[in-house]
Amino acid sequence: MPTIAVWKFTSCDGCQLTLLDCEDELLPLTEHVHIAHFLEATSVSEPGPYDISIVEGSVTTPDETERIRWIREQSDVLVVVGACATSGGIQALRNFADVDEFRSIVYARPEHIATLGTSTAISAHVSVDHELRGCPIDKGQLLELLTALLAGRKPDLPDTSVCTDCKRRGLTCVLVAHGTPCLGPVTHAGCGALCPAVNRGCYGCFGPMNRPNVPALVPLLRRSGMGDDELHLVFRTFNADAEWT
Amino acid sequence: MTHRANRTLQVAGLARVEGEGALHVRTVGGEVDRVELNIYEPPRFFEAFLRGRNFREPPDITARICGICPVAYQMSACQAIEDACGVEVGGQLRALRRLLYCGEWISSHTLHIYLLHAPDFLGFADGIAMAGAHRAIVERGLALKKAGNQIMDVIGGRAIHPVNVRVGGFYRVPTPDELRPLAKTLHQALYDALGTLEWVAGFDFPDLEVPHDLLALRDDEGYPLDRGAPHTSTGLTFPVADFSNHVVEHQVPHSTALHARLDDRTFLVGPLARYSLNSDRLSPVAREAAAAVGLGPVCRNPFRSIVVRAVEVVYAVEEALRIIDSYERPDSPWVEVDPRAGVGHGITEAPRGLLYHRYGLDAAGRILSADIVPPTSQNQSAIEADVAQVVRSHQHLDDHALQSLCERTIRNYDPCISCSAHFLDFTREST
Repeated sequence: MPTIAVWKFTSCDGCQLTLLDCEDELLPLTEHVHIAHFLEATSVSEPGPYDISIVEGSVTTPDETERIRWIREQSDVLVVVGACATSGGIQALRNFADVDEFRSIVYARPEHIATLGTSTAISAHVSVDHELRGCPIDKGQLLELLTALLAGRKPDLPDTSVCTDCKRRGLTCVLVAHGTPCLGPVTHAGCGALCPAVNRGCYGCFGPMNRPNVPALVPLLRRSGMGDDELHLVFRTFNADAEWT
Repeated sequence: MTHRANRTLQVAGLARVEGEGALHVRTVGGEVDRVELNIYEPPRFFEAFLRGRNFREPPDITARICGICPVAYQMSACQAIEDACGVEVGGQLRALRRLLYCGEWISSHTLHIYLLHAPDFLGFADGIAMAGAHRAIVERGLALKKAGNQIMDVIGGRAIHPVNVRVGGFYRVPTPDELRPLAKTLHQALYDALGTLEWVAGFDFPDLEVPHDLLALRDDEGYPLDRGAPHTSTGLTFPVADFSNHVVEHQVPHSTALHARLDDRTFLVGPLARYSLNSDRLSPVAREAAAAVGLGPVCRNPFRSIVVRAVEVVYAVEEALRIIDSYERPDSPWVEVDPRAGVGHGITEAPRGLLYHRYGLDAAGRILSADIVPPTSQNQSAIEADVAQVVRSHQHLDDHALQSLCERTIRNYDPCISCSAHFLDFTREST
């Protein structure tokens, strides 16, 4: 049986929890893969190598830069899941902080804390075989990827925009019809257009689509009422360090 | 066996907890010399980067502190910002928030009961191995957990980091028809929750009686979830705005999460505190079910927290059904909240205990300061005290058995280390 290992870096645990949230599929899945390491779920930790490693979280400490190299060496297939692992996550906001100001912010006792000045994606450190976007990832996409890996086929993970998901659901466009600011036209598909379904504009938690046309979207966002401050903030959230332009 | 008097126990990576922690215990001459719950989860600086953000953003941003209890963060954040802006959200909008919160309690508690905690009592490495011997029971747990997630999907738009919550209420409120299938699921879930309670109540529990102060919310309108005033087992009560006068945080070298003291005493938050201070507030079915399995009105044995969680799941399912039953769609999905300069406080009962948020805003709604106190950092001192007590009274065990008992003692608190580590205090260095 192929072995699978689940690893956590700097993150909220939500993406690895998505695996445990597969309530109907979890037990059947374990008939096809052997979980060799998954600290949140099991006390058993088996030594590598592993057929598949799933990595959640970004790299923010010196120790993590070493650990990801070791995991890469031990893993045949390396899958990175979620906004932290694919773009550095919300903690990558530190990457934009004014360096002087950032240096002036210190802990009560900083000597006990080892942390880097940046939060970076896993792919900035090692080669990555597959990635799942999202803050958090989509359960359906996780199952699709695992099924494809086990079957030895290519996973079906579209890199188009949220608009395609939205159209497929037959939702009314919140940007055009309601004038609600929406990042759907430039955001990577995969969530199933969750926000437009509740009359909310997409806020980009799946990060940029392949070749996003942000300059074309900005005038539409302005027309729907966004000012400079809001435009600045709206791209600086869960995938702030991704390639939006 | 001279080595028994001087022992060192090390657990490098605690399993079946959320986030990254280690344990270090040392006994010298038969006395417990040191117990350190070593939290090495890297900090993520939320309180730092919330500064300068817009006052409508904290429900989305702070949800990302924890994938296991995002609703708790959204609820405390909304309450604090609404407090700063002088708005109170009531009626059906408040009921929907409570319903969403019930979903998180059901899902989070059931995850802990079945996949993280029960394997300790039955001698398995994990829930999957446990399913090998008790497939139907684990499937019942997963179905119950799914019912909780379904509430969050329907009300929140997504189970992890819900998209439908906003300051003032929701982006869209469901029609009563949309809630009907949920009620059907929850009727089965109530049956499963009662079965869960009966199952866990039959486990063998190590003896432990903890002396800590208990801190939980108490509210006139039922068991506390989404609001209430802090109460302690010593009879003290104080307004939410006084929280940081009573719960004082301090940094310790071995943890990236701050420790806390309640009026300079060790205390605990979470199911034991909530139940012991509010067992009279339970719904009739939950109260009777608790009594039927022999749980008194107060519980001070952390090993029995699994039973209390099961009672709370019964309550949350029943409460969710009650809310759905009396639901009428509000005219507007949200209440308008206009920014104003000021400070606001929010406090709710996350599955693991009190979660406090405080925000300072300017007149335009820019966040000037943010302060967040999660439950697990409040519980760290109590966890270490419990481990010391357990080591003291189980010196006869060999290292392996004692170490695994220590790990169980930590797991009693369902510690959410991802949450706890992100709140290191910053002081601005004057240059």
